[in-house]
Parts: sequence; C-alpha cells; structure tokens
Amino acid sequence: MSPLLEVEDLHVEIPLPHGTLHAVRGVSLTADAGEAVGLVGESGSGKSLTLRALLGLLPQPARISSGRIVLDGVDVTALPARERRRRLTGAMGMVFQDSLTALNPVMRVGAQIAEAPRRKLGMSAAQAKARAVELMERVGIPDPERRYRAYPHELSGGMRQRICIAIALSGRPRLILADEPTTALDVTIQAQVLGVVESLRRAEGVGLILVSHDLAVVSETCRRIYVMYAGRVVESGPILDVLSAPRHPYSFALLRSVPDPDAPVHRLLTIPGQPPDLMETAAGCSFAPRCLFAADACREQDPPLVALPGDRATACLRHEEADRWSDLVAGLATVEEV
Amino acid sequence: MKALTLPGRSVPAAGTTPRPRRRSRRFNGPLLAGLILFGLLVLAAICAPLITKADPTAQDLTQALLPPGSRGHLLGTDRFGRDTLARLLYGARIDLRVGVLAVVSPFLIGTVLGLVSGWFGGWFDTLVMRIVDMVVAFPFFVLVIALVFALGPGTGSIYLAITLVGWVAYARIVRGEVLVAKNQEYALAARASGLPTWRILLRHLLPNVVLQAIVFSMSDIVLSILAIVTLGYLGLGVPPPTPDWGSMIQDGQQFMLTHWYLAALPGFAVVITGLALALIGDGLVERMNLR
Repeated sequence: MSPLLEVEDLHVEIPLPHGTLHAVRGVSLTADAGEAVGLVGESGSGKSLTLRALLGLLPQPARISSGRIVLDGVDVTALPARERRRRLTGAMGMVFQDSLTALNPVMRVGAQIAEAPRRKLGMSAAQAKARAVELMERVGIPDPERRYRAYPHELSGGMRQRICIAIALSGRPRLILADEPTTALDVTIQAQVLGVVESLRRAEGVGLILVSHDLAVVSETCRRIYVMYAGRVVESGPILDVLSAPRHPYSFALLRSVPDPDAPVHRLLTIPGQPPDLMETAAGCSFAPRCLFAADACREQDPPLVALPGDRATACLRHEEADRWSDLVAGLATVEEV
Repeated sequence: MKALTLPGRSVPAAGTTPRPRRRSRRFNGPLLAGLILFGLLVLAAICAPLITKADPTAQDLTQALLPPGSRGHLLGTDRFGRDTLARLLYGARIDLRVGVLAVVSPFLIGTVLGLVSGWFGGWFDTLVMRIVDMVVAFPFFVLVIALVFALGPGTGSIYLAITLVGWVAYARIVRGEVLVAKNQEYALAARASGLPTWRILLRHLLPNVVLQAIVFSMSDIVLSILAIVTLGYLGLGVPPPTPDWGSMIQDGQQFMLTHWYLAALPGFAVVITGLALALIGDGLVERMNLR
C-alpha cells in the first residue's frame, strides 16, 4: 500500500529583487497513516516552508518550483489548483505555533471549531455544534459547553492551543501538520498538549508531521525523524537510531549542543558560524564550512542523500567514520579545557 | 486535564464560576457619552414637531430678528422672522440624514474594493490603488464642490459627489488592514481548513478589518456634514427655504456684529454633532484595544 503522504524532491523558491532564494532544495519525506514524523532543524532550514508548501500556504512570493506531492498514491501537483486544494485541505489539518494569532480574535472559539464540519463536512448547525463540543472535550477542555462561547483572549495559552488542535481535527483529517505547536507554551503545558496530540493520534489513527527545533519534543512524540539543514534533508531514520548514533555531523552537533544529564562531558558543543546564504549555490556540502570533520572532498562535491541499512539515510560523504566522531570531539573538549 | 483542588477549599461547581468579564467592556466612557449625545441629537431631529409648534419655513417679517428668549421664539428669529429653534431642529433632520447616508455608500464601496484588492493583489490591486492615488491628489472639498457644481445642487448630487470622492479613504484603510491580516496565522488557518475564499474574506477577515473603517466613518460623517454645510454656505447645498445648518450660518453671518447668535447657534449644532461622533470613534478605538 502506498503511504498516506509522499513528498518527492520538493523545491521552494522565493524570487526576490536581487535574485532567487532557494529555500527548500529537494526535500523528500513520507508519512504513513497514524505515524508521527518529526522535522527538525534550525531557523531558516526550510522546515516550516516545507510544511506550508504541503497545504499551499506559502507566503507571497514563494512558490514550489519543482517536486511532487503524492497523496494516497495520487500526484496532486499535477491536478488543477482548485482540486489540489480540496484534496490537500481535506486530508490535512494544521496547528500553528502561536495560538493567539492562529485564532480569529473576533470569533467565538466554538464557532471556529464548528466551521469546517458545517462548511466542509456538510453538517447542520446543531450537528456541527455538537461535534465542536465533542472535540473540545476530547482535547481536554473542561466545561466545553460554556467555553464554546468564549473568545480567544479569554482563554489561557494552553487552552487556546487545545482549541487550535480541535480546529485542526474538525475537518476529519488523516494527517495533522504541526508547526512548532508547543514553542509558545510553558514546559508543563507543553507536556499536556503533547499528551493530547499523542493520545488523539493513537485513538484516531491520525498521522502527524511535527516541525520543531526542540529535539526533546520530537523524541518524545515521533517515531521517525528528518533533520533539515539549509533547505535539505541531511539525515533521516528511526528516531532512536538517529539520536543514539547520528550519521551526519549536523545532527551529531545538534545532539551535542543539548545538555545530557547522564553524559560525563560537561562542556556543550556549539556549532560555529552561520547557516549558509540560500541565495548562493556554492559547490560542496552546505554544512562543510561549519563542519568539524569536513575534508577537501566535502567542499567540492555536493553529497547525495544515500540510503543506509535500517531505513536510514544521510547526506554525508564521511558517514562511515561517524562512530569515531565522539572520540574526536572528546579530544577537542579536553584540549580546550587545558 | 484533572482539576487540582486545594484541601479545605470548596471548588465552585461547573457553571457557577464567574463568567469572563465582557459585558463591562462593551461600553466605555467616551463611547457611552458619544452614543447618548448623538442619540439626543437624533431624537431631537425626529421629535422636532413635538418640541416646537413653529413652522421652520413660515415667514413673519413683523417678528424679524428677535433675540433669544423672546415670547414664542425661544432662540429668537432670523431676518425673515423664521423661528431659529424650529430651523435648527428641522435642519438637523436634513444634515444628520444626509451626513450619515452620504457615508454609507463610500463605506460599502471602499470596504469591498479594499478587501478584494488587499487579498488578491495583482493587477486589480494596482488598478484600484492608482485610481485612489488620482482621487487623493485633489483636495477633498475642491473635488466635491466641483462635482456638485457640475451635477447641480441638491441632496442627490451631494450623495453622489461624496461617494465618488469618499470611497478612497475606506479602500485604503481596509486594504492596509487586509495586507496585515492576510499573513496572520488565523487567515492561514482558515485557508488551511479549506474554506471557500469568499467565506474567509467575509467571516474571518472582514470582522477584523472593518472596525478601523467604522472608526474612520465616525469622523467621516462629521466631514460629510461639514461638506453639506460648506456646500449650503456656498449656495450649492440644499436649496432654500429648506432649513439646513450651512445656509443658516451663511444667512446669519451678515448680522454677525448685531445678532451673533444667528450664525453661532447652527455652528454650535455642528460642533456638538462632531463631538458626539468623535467620542463614539474614540470609544470604539478604546474598545478595540482591549481585545
């Protein structure tokens, strides 16, 4: 059976007055029904744009320049715009980062949840309201009947994000796209919201693509991870494998920049330098200038994403030496300390 | 989420927790004051025949230029012996009605054009905005006076002239708000849920952008009343002998040194109307900011 969603070699370009910014450069990913997939990377790595491109929500003047989006085995990029929109928005719901701006400030939250059932699923007003109340209950909002009539500014951040999740679910999607859904929340509320998402995913078999720069959030929620850098997927695979034995220096460095209470090394690794300017297309690996292990070959040739055993892939020429990276860095840290 | 309870504290049963405070925010000082003041003006205009028995157009040259407080003429009479109070009240009927109505069509046309051009952009946006630039290039009164002059005096021409010139302000305001709102996440969220465009525009965008236009329309009513008064003063407004504040001021100014109140009273009426509408506008802004 073909996966629910398959993205193949997606490119997003932003034409600007001084040239074209190539923001997403050939991203491929798959999401199966009921599967939770994480998309991590730093700001500007193209993860949010990738997500938005899936729903046709790219900000002006960004556009998909090439690539395929395959939904249920049908290439929707070949369909006329209206039909493409209908299929994509029918299959996916989206949760945004800031629940305060993601909710319409002058509309009661209940009406916002009931809108899609009423307009898209063709329910009567009473049915749509009942569904909205039921969804509010399911995402853990106490006293949903009364909260139905509340305005967004009357609710707390955690409650609002739950409302957003209810809205994303209201059109009966099979896949939820979540763009940093917990970044604006307190850590305790983060855990609650993630718990809600997780239990809904299990109960309803709804797939999830979670975009985050927070490795902890992704590792808690997702089974598979895609690490993005400078508009490309540089490593992918089952989350536990990637986190325990990264096969790309960028994911390696990301992991080393997060404090680990069990590790003996106390010094955190930082990634020197800045992400590359996406206007230019320099030869070689885009991470090479910041890479601790870059060789001459890395600066000459653009490493392709190669498949590894265990459903993994990496875009590093020197991934075979990955097991030695820890030792190399350990040496580095001690030298610095002396 | 489970409700946390502190020992020894009773938790109010569901439904008895206080409602979020909203009612108290619905009205604020300026808004309430403005609404009351404007309400009184409208009421006075509607109840004119009940307040005074005098006919605003009946002339009686034997009673001309009476001072305020004269018997039978509370605010005195003008040079034709017409009762000033009656003329003020019946004038309010004309001026308030024309003032408010003259704002309705520019408001509607400007809001729709601003909404559409802001959302879709492209050639339509360019076309609308270039027309706006052309209209804005001329001073408001110059254009309105020229148009009324060309169309001939009367309320019909006033409506048309103010509409042709006035819509640009609303189009600009609403377009600007739409440009901000359409990249807000709630607009994206509405698009992400696959709602039809007209619904996103009317249900999600319009309520968020229209308040600015409503606030502006309050001062715009004042502006259009001033336009009517100015046109009346120039003899291009409502034809005599129909009472109208503008023509009353014009009539009264020749007696400025001896009977100052003839021009001052209708002028005062214009000021009060402007004050009431400005207060409503301020109150609306304040209410919006609470959101």
